Amino acid sequence: MNHVNPKWEFLGLTFNPSNILMLAVTCLVVFLIAFISTRNMKLKPTGMQNFMEWVMDFVKGIIKSNMDWKTGGRFHLLALTLIMFIFVANMLGLPFAIAYDHVLWWKSPTADPTITMTLAVMVLVLTHYYGVKMAGVKNYFLGFTKPLAFMTPLKIIEEFANTLTLGLRLYGNIYAGEILIGLLAGLATASVGGFLGAILPAMAWQGFSIFIGTIQAFIFVMLSMVYMSHKVQTDH
Amino acid sequence: MNPFAIPLCTDIEMKHHQTEAGPPASLVSEGSETIVSLDQFVLAASAGDGFLDKLNTGDILATLFFFTLLMLLLKKFAWGPLMGIMDQRAELIASEIEEAEKSRSESAKLLEEQRALLKEARTEAQAIVENAKQQGDAQRAEIMETARAEAARLKENAAAEIANEKDKAIQAVREEFVSMSILAAEKVLGKEVSEEDNRALIEETIQKAGEGR
Repeated sequence: MNHVNPKWEFLGLTFNPSNILMLAVTCLVVFLIAFISTRNMKLKPTGMQNFMEWVMDFVKGIIKSNMDWKTGGRFHLLALTLIMFIFVANMLGLPFAIAYDHVLWWKSPTADPTITMTLAVMVLVLTHYYGVKMAGVKNYFLGFTKPLAFMTPLKIIEEFANTLTLGLRLYGNIYAGEILIGLLAGLATASVGGFLGAILPAMAWQGFSIFIGTIQAFIFVMLSMVYMSHKVQTDH
Repeated sequence: MNPFAIPLCTDIEMKHHQTEAGPPASLVSEGSETIVSLDQFVLAASAGDGFLDKLNTGDILATLFFFTLLMLLLKKFAWGPLMGIMDQRAELIASEIEEAEKSRSESAKLLEEQRALLKEARTEAQAIVENAKQQGDAQRAEIMETARAEAARLKENAAAEIANEKDKAIQAVREEFVSMSILAAEKVLGKEVSEEDNRALIEETIQKAGEGR
């Protein structure tokens, strides 16, 4: 349990090679899923193509519940990438964690606040970008005075609060899940009795973590699209 | 950066106090590194690069890089083609629906046309039958009329002939009778009765005798 993160310094930047590794693995898995399922596509879909189309329709549904498709269509790829990336990232830490010489190498990349906050800041920056681009500079700034002018400070705070909650919610959920799985694994390896005692809770918690990981991926994308719709829509 | 730093600081500082109370070991190891950096940042805010040094700036860039790369790859290999095929399918379905609608209306039109034609044919047939019946009736009446007229004519002819024959016979008998009467009178009188002189007289007599009967 007493793990530390590996650390590299390169070009004056601080890297956590475990994060890099897990990001690469996540991207690879997501890409393979997407790539394999879109080979040999037919108008009448079969097998994996069905799954991929279902995912795309699901993401489309998320976007459509926040804004009309004409506005939201351009965020489809972003939302699709986000949900697949976060879901796979959440799942990666579930089956095992690999530590070498007390250095934690294999984990969920989303169990690191740097990564989740990066994603959250990226999404929020994009909302502001599209807010200015699609609603216009005037409407973008006017948006801060709605519904009432005196709420402007609150609206500004809200932007930072949104960013923080979006990133830290994901981080907290996944990190907590990994800690508990680690504790249960520690208990299981401590003794025979501990192993017997840990089987059931470990299985239950892993199942629950799958659920949490799925829900968190969904929530992240849903909230991203909610924030996005607040910025890009002027009439509501 | 600064707006994030303030809430982050308080958050981590709280964690810092918790770590002193003795939470799980992993939290300490995870947190302590950050705490130092944030403490440094708070204490020596003017130093500046202390925070950035300890922050995983490389990870941030790597995350952005990987995410963007993944997005581009997905766009190229999965999202683009899949959207293409889904659009294609939507188009196909739309066109099929349109086609079906068109052929449905066309068939309805054809059906209506056929029905009209059938109706027309039926009325025509009825008219033909009616016509034929009428014509037949007319013809029958005509034939009967002709036959009746023919019969009447024949009867009349026959009657006329009969009358004619009768007259002829009577004439013949009368003539014969006159001849025989003259012959008889010749024989009785013993002299020749001049046929030319007496014929008128005898004929008158016979005429009278015939009327008398």
